Amino acid sequence: MERKVVFPGMLLPYALLAPQILIILVFFYVPAGQALWMSTLLQDPLGLSVQFVGLENFQTVLSDPAYRQTIARTMFFSVAVTVCAMVPAVLLALMADRVVRGAMPYKTILIIPYAIAPAVAGALWLFLFNPSVGVVSYYMGRLGLDWNPKIDGSHAMWLIIIASAWKQIAYNFVFFLAGLQSIPKSLIEAAQIDGASPRRRFWTIIFPLLSPTTFFLIVVNFVYAFFETFGVIHAATQGGPGKSTEIMIYKVWYDGFIAQDLGRSAAQSVILMAIVVALTVVQFRFVERKVHY
Amino acid sequence: MADVSLTNVRKVYAGNVEAVKGVSFDIPDGGFCVLVGPSGCGKSTLLRMVAGLEAITSGECRIGARVVNEVEPADRDIAMVFQNYALYPHMSVYENMAYGLRNRGTPKDEIDRRVKEAAGILAIESFLDRKPRALSGGQRQRVAMGRAIVRKPQVFLFDEPLSNLDAKLRVQMRVEIKKLQRALGVTSIYVTHDQVEAMTLSDKLVVMSNGRVEQMGVPNEVYRKPASKFVATFIGSPPMNIAKGVVRGPGAVAVGDVVLPVSDMAADLKPGDAIEVGLRPEDLIVRGDGSLTMQVDFIEELGATQLFHGTLGGAHLVIQAASGLVPSESKTLNLAIDPAKVHLFDVGTGARRGR
Repeated sequence: MERKVVFPGMLLPYALLAPQILIILVFFYVPAGQALWMSTLLQDPLGLSVQFVGLENFQTVLSDPAYRQTIARTMFFSVAVTVCAMVPAVLLALMADRVVRGAMPYKTILIIPYAIAPAVAGALWLFLFNPSVGVVSYYMGRLGLDWNPKIDGSHAMWLIIIASAWKQIAYNFVFFLAGLQSIPKSLIEAAQIDGASPRRRFWTIIFPLLSPTTFFLIVVNFVYAFFETFGVIHAATQGGPGKSTEIMIYKVWYDGFIAQDLGRSAAQSVILMAIVVALTVVQFRFVERKVHY
Repeated sequence: MADVSLTNVRKVYAGNVEAVKGVSFDIPDGGFCVLVGPSGCGKSTLLRMVAGLEAITSGECRIGARVVNEVEPADRDIAMVFQNYALYPHMSVYENMAYGLRNRGTPKDEIDRRVKEAAGILAIESFLDRKPRALSGGQRQRVAMGRAIVRKPQVFLFDEPLSNLDAKLRVQMRVEIKKLQRALGVTSIYVTHDQVEAMTLSDKLVVMSNGRVEQMGVPNEVYRKPASKFVATFIGSPPMNIAKGVVRGPGAVAVGDVVLPVSDMAADLKPGDAIEVGLRPEDLIVRGDGSLTMQVDFIEELGATQLFHGTLGGAHLVIQAASGLVPSESKTLNLAIDPAKVHLFDVGTGARRGR
């Protein structure tokens, strides 16, 4: 039962909301507004003069073939990270759900990667996959697999996908486990009596009942892959070799702070902002209404 | 169709907790057996062992000619109705009922025919397309039953199927379950903690306590000749009165200074032995010429009957009598009792001390 709290005056509720609103204001609305403003400006190379150019920055960015390639790359990266982070998570959750005794240590161990900083995760996987000293590279070499993320762009891409996904598995695991545990045990037993094999039970009962969790996580993982993998990439590949691991968020930073093209960088971040807003709308519209059985 | 027989069935959980301590009974083909007992007595565990949802630690469970200890639930040819109905929330009523048949590869037109037939029996045809959440409790209950009967199993298992319904619906569904079981003639095992359900539904009543069978038999017989104090107080509402008494001699016990005649009394009871005397509330008959006098403390009015709370020979008693027999301001009641309806129980073990 939800209980409504009634405040005597107007002051207290506003005062209670103020810190949160202040934080959002300072860390979101102000920078977002600034980005919007900056995306309409063009600076000269020495930063001595600024000129208002309207939507010209957007036009330049969107018609740039390199930027389109980055979008395609980001899409591939995000889908791959989402799949690689969700499939192992659901498998682990299914297994952890069956553990009755000593379940806590398992869960704790599986959740730990989430607490690791992105840059550390990137460095960790960089070492593991390092062509000269990496453990994984060594065994891949023994298996006769050619592996060098430092010179092969697609190898580098898989390196950052694995590093990014690995961190997110823990997060997904928590949600999937909670989802599994909210399915009444009697449903599974009823399906068992109804003659459904374990595989069929998963696809016809468990998976459909997990669908709200799954849709929620797809959106969350997408947002994660889009915006929060900067640290991993920066630590592991710096967007290289070439531009082969440069996703949109990395390009924003690169174009702005390395290439010093602030106007176009701001335009790119506005585009990213539009994407995150769109994803949020999708989440609210679909996840909260349609996917409920 | 099949009979069910359990032989010395035990269930021991990890940590040496013995939930079921060696239970044996047989249910004839088409019989309706009700397992009744307080929560934690092992009745649900026993049912789940018959279903195959719990492993049997030792003993034997047979359905028809087959020992099913190691048989998967799906292959035992049983259907179960769960307390929370366990309907698949993402499937329509039709799909819920068809699921078990689909898993077994039944042809589509056969599934359709059987689902419609079952829906017809239970009067749920009009909401075959609905999802369970769009149904009331009673309708969900029917769908759960439909899912059970559509498969035409050899045995129905019911795990407290009515306890989530309100009182009125419970009475209605109880009657329907009985009728349905009669009509289909399928052997059934029904678990409940409600002694009214147990009495009305069963043709074989198994009273359990603490993982053991306290008594089994025809409901009326269990009611009239309870094998122990536990059964005596568990079956019947209001429960049987139990008073401390002393044996006076063959065929006579005393409760305080009141002497009661007893016809069913163990031969080895000697005068002076302490005994517990059981009296059903409705067996003490209010009669003007009754030789027993009860002091009335207060009266509960139930409509058709009245409950008199009071004392007889110093022991607290509840007497049930038809309304209107006694003026409601009476302070004393004259009672008579049939000597055959005085029950004696051992003070230590609670076992019946009859002949």
